[in-house]
Amino acid sequence: MEQAFFLLFAIVAVVSAGWVVIAKNPIHSAVALMACFVQIAAIYVLLRSPFLAVVQVFVYVGAIMVLFVFVFMMLEIRQATLERFLPDRGWLSTLIPLLLGFILLGAIFSSPLISNMTPPVEPPSGSVRELGILMFTQYLLPFEVVSIVLLVALVGAIYLARKDDI
Amino acid sequence: MELIIAAIVILIKVIVIAVILFIVPIPLTWMERKIAGHIQQRLGPMRVGWHGLLQPVADGLKLLTKEDIIPDQADRLLFKMAPLVSLVPPFAVFVAIPFGESVSVMGYEISLYISDMNVGLLYILAVAGLEIYGVIFGGWASNSKYALLGSLRTCAQLISYEIPMGFSVIGVIMLSHSMSLLDIVNAQQDIWFIVYQPLGFFIFFVAGLAEAQRIPFDLAEAEGDLGAGFHTEYSGMRFSFFMLSEYLVMLTISILCVLLFFGGWHGVLIPLPAPIWFALKVGLFIYIFMWFRFTFPRYRYDQLMNIGWKVLLPLSLFNILLTGIFIF
Repeated sequence: MEQAFFLLFAIVAVVSAGWVVIAKNPIHSAVALMACFVQIAAIYVLLRSPFLAVVQVFVYVGAIMVLFVFVFMMLEIRQATLERFLPDRGWLSTLIPLLLGFILLGAIFSSPLISNMTPPVEPPSGSVRELGILMFTQYLLPFEVVSIVLLVALVGAIYLARKDDI
Repeated sequence: MELIIAAIVILIKVIVIAVILFIVPIPLTWMERKIAGHIQQRLGPMRVGWHGLLQPVADGLKLLTKEDIIPDQADRLLFKMAPLVSLVPPFAVFVAIPFGESVSVMGYEISLYISDMNVGLLYILAVAGLEIYGVIFGGWASNSKYALLGSLRTCAQLISYEIPMGFSVIGVIMLSHSMSLLDIVNAQQDIWFIVYQPLGFFIFFVAGLAEAQRIPFDLAEAEGDLGAGFHTEYSGMRFSFFMLSEYLVMLTISILCVLLFFGGWHGVLIPLPAPIWFALKVGLFIYIFMWFRFTFPRYRYDQLMNIGWKVLLPLSLFNILLTGIFIF
């Protein structure tokens, strides 16, 4: 049962991820990326972490994709959709990533790690509480460092976007 | 056997809630027109049925028989998808919303909710936010400048108001030590959270108005300056899907206000059955939403952004701090 659901989510996720790359229209890519994120959230639910799944939907689908779409709507993308996706002489640029991809897949599937993966651990009840306690005791330093990094990124973005005369 | 019964019970609950959700907007449209009429010293719909009670049926028939127009240069796939995208999340939200405690039917305990998640509140906020994609994609796919401006505004508005909304409920979570809506309601058995969280409620309500795209924050439609905003090019049934989802979001926000701040199904003074108390409170909030629509003018776009970032966001942060000190 669980495996069937996993296969369903995984197939849709991979197909939509492919669609993100193939689609000519950036907005269609955005829709496909959303579908992909939702499938990944569903896989998190199968892995017994509903909190992570909900946060995935909240942050990635609900906020980050809105920003993407906002930018797309400001751009003139009608021109971009008319252009050919691959220039005629770009066969080399198709071949090399495909080759690299196959090598990567081969490496992943031949790895011994893939055959002895442990099944997900059944979390204790009230997993949000546990998560919060861990985050503010054991992992306090990484948590704070991540916050600072985000703040620095924010300041940098504002600096880049400011007008020169101010 | 137990498992089959449980599955059947869940299936029945899902069907019942889905049917109710499809029906509820019908009386709401009538209510909105009546309230609009009386606020503006008119009678509102009077011709079809007693005091216009059958007006929604007439409207529905009209929408069904209208021609379904798709603009020539529209993105046909997205144009057709958008109304459905806006309709699915409001239904999905109700999976996590409890309507009361358990009742026993024929010796079998039946809970008045589909699922009591321990991340229920976060789930609702996350899924309710997805409704906006219907508006965004619909406006973009129409290939019309009014519709595009409507969806651009929606994008910016959503991002600006989702944050204060999320922050405003943190106070409630801190007080009840849980994100499960059932626990939140049970924590309000004696005193409703509106007593401890007036500021949180204010922020939640204002952000909720913006989330539901209601006046004074319905910049996506803004019939004064954008034609009809994102649904300018939509007609017939596709248009009615947008209306349906708008009413359902309004219902969701009203229910959340009641569950988070007004004690859910716990009554005061008058002992009424829990579902009736719940329905009365939700009805009051829906009335307030409609009352606002015909009382306030629409904000300007820059005012909207200022309220979101410079007023609501600092206030919601202050509220979290205040709640922390209070608990400590």
